Amino acid sequence: MLYEKATKVLYIDLATGKIEIKQRTDLAIYLGGVGLASKLLDETMRQELPPLAPEQPMVLAIGAISGIYPLITKTVAMFISPLTGELGESYAGGRLALALSMAGYDAIVIRGKASRPSYIAIDGGNVEIKDARPIWGMDSDVVGQFLRDSEEGSGKRSILRIGPAGEKMVKFASVCVDTYRHFGRLGLGALMGSKLVKAITVTGDKTTEIKNFKEYFRAYQTIFKSVTETDLMAKYHDLGTSINVESISALGALPTKNLTANHFDNAEQISGEAFAEENLVRKLACTGCPVGCIHIGQFRRKFDDGYDYESVSVAYDYELIYSLGALLGISKTDEVLQLIEAVEKTGMDAISAGVALAWATESLIQGIVTEAETLLPLSYGNTENYYQAILYLSARKNAFYQALGEGTRFAGAKFGGEGFALQVAGNEIPGYHTGYANLVGLTVGARHSHLCNAGYAVDQSLKTFDENKAVNTLFDEELERCLLNSLVICLFARKLYTRETVLKALNATGYLLTDDELTTIAKRIYSMKLRLKEKLGFDPRQVELPQRFFKTPSMNGLLESSIVERMINRYAEKCSELLAEKI
Amino acid sequence: MKVLRAIEMNRCIGCFSCMITCAAVNQQDHSIMKSAIRIKTSGGLTGKFIAIVCQACKDDVPCAEACPTGALVKRQAGGVLLDKEKCVGCERCVAACTVDAIYFDLDTKRPIVCKHCGVCARFCPHGCLRLLEEGQ
Repeated sequence: MLYEKATKVLYIDLATGKIEIKQRTDLAIYLGGVGLASKLLDETMRQELPPLAPEQPMVLAIGAISGIYPLITKTVAMFISPLTGELGESYAGGRLALALSMAGYDAIVIRGKASRPSYIAIDGGNVEIKDARPIWGMDSDVVGQFLRDSEEGSGKRSILRIGPAGEKMVKFASVCVDTYRHFGRLGLGALMGSKLVKAITVTGDKTTEIKNFKEYFRAYQTIFKSVTETDLMAKYHDLGTSINVESISALGALPTKNLTANHFDNAEQISGEAFAEENLVRKLACTGCPVGCIHIGQFRRKFDDGYDYESVSVAYDYELIYSLGALLGISKTDEVLQLIEAVEKTGMDAISAGVALAWATESLIQGIVTEAETLLPLSYGNTENYYQAILYLSARKNAFYQALGEGTRFAGAKFGGEGFALQVAGNEIPGYHTGYANLVGLTVGARHSHLCNAGYAVDQSLKTFDENKAVNTLFDEELERCLLNSLVICLFARKLYTRETVLKALNATGYLLTDDELTTIAKRIYSMKLRLKEKLGFDPRQVELPQRFFKTPSMNGLLESSIVERMINRYAEKCSELLAEKI
Repeated sequence: MKVLRAIEMNRCIGCFSCMITCAAVNQQDHSIMKSAIRIKTSGGLTGKFIAIVCQACKDDVPCAEACPTGALVKRQAGGVLLDKEKCVGCERCVAACTVDAIYFDLDTKRPIVCKHCGVCARFCPHGCLRLLEEGQ
């Protein structure tokens, strides 16, 4: 914890009910966050067992200076992904980082499987495994409503929960954190479901005296001002990430209708501006972040004759508008929000769910599967059917939805149609078809996400494309993000938290590290993650990329698989070089 | 002389910057437990935010009336200032405040009372909190 030498780790064994708190002095070299969580995963995972074996751990961690500077607001989860079978890494905002620091823990390791549906209530040193039988089966939002009343700590508490999809172990089930944020990607919800853990509540009342007020507050003010008084964060607050919908489409980089097209003719109708004008009702922030990027959109739905309406509010972002909008050919903001609501309440990753349904739609069109299997005449633009299909998917309604719930890669391999299953290494793709750096970035990135190394940004910034330069940039970016993620800084603030700022923030709170030491820490963490991936059998050179990526032009034209291969090989060499370094 | 007012809470994004800076500046602590202002939700995050903070009672000041040692001294513009020397930590002020805006510091055994310094308003990114002239 802050100002202390020891790292405080809470170990929960659901099988035996044993709760253990360890003060460890050997973990400071990982700084915290992703470094700490990787180390704890390495110590506790069982590589020889399947991802959902009861023994497998679920690790949550915060960073050294979580919650005391603007935008250092995230919590990292590390696990073996049930979706890809290798490294699972996911981040959530909300109130969790603050709640964990007030509960007094740097990290939590949860192992075993409960004997009956349970939830874990953490209130400082008091940790209880409670009966969740009455709330098992509930939608994600309703669970939150119940636990808010039954657990203490209003205002300084975080509530994590899964929906029905997590219970059914849909491999891309998500964990909802504080209503509007999620551990979305790579299936943490399925892991919780496999342990029969419906929810986790975290609160505490720990206080921490500031050691050097002047220095700390000077650093705080400088960072706060650069957040609120410069334009570094403006787009995230103003229209939010959805500002990119129209521009990415115009560039020819927006996967549309299962990436049969690279732009959406109706992009304007589901643009950030359209959402803001028609649906935006408020903005919210994660605790400790003055930006407020969480955009809440509202729509009303008629549910009976006459004037009977219900209103629904959900958070929207670029990725969701891509996966539950353009990718499914939906061109009304209300309808996109409706599908977001469906994935919210059932508790699934919005990107994966959208990609899975887009694959199902094309499979139906191509006759690879029949309506007897999909149970619905899925077609691009038909929201009503997609809404129902999301419910079927989360409930694993029949053999078809059972297979689709194993992930798009699995379904593609089972039914045929791998060539248009939009996944990389088992993870469904985010909303960019920008070019080589994106595709290579998704393949080599630790979690096969745009957030690993921002390949999509590299494609947009390299004026004349240079393979080696792109590979180097991807590698350097992934390495630097290991450092940012060890502090668990929101990656929206990556341009704000330069090395200089990171050092200022750390130094003002007693972490007397140098720039070189930060580089060493970043390398140590990246090496650890690469070794974890190796142990779990991952080799980027073995990834088979679906043909669709090479048949639909990217914003930079048609991609050649030989170039992608070369770049992946070059990247793998760089990883080997890093692993050979003595750190 | 000025008083703190939570005037535009509809615009609150729940960032807690007010609490973080109040606790830091006034109590030299990183924990929001030490803040004299608290932001709460009603009915979860889908509900509205409310700022629980000293309402700057002026003539009739329940917390000052309840204080048996005269440790809470009325401010001219409203609200009170705490005289730590006189306070015995009896918590009667905490119970007396109708809006529950006096917090009890379990470390120091003294109440945490807003002194209307306005640091929270300075760090409020949406102008929900303002330091206003009395009667403004």
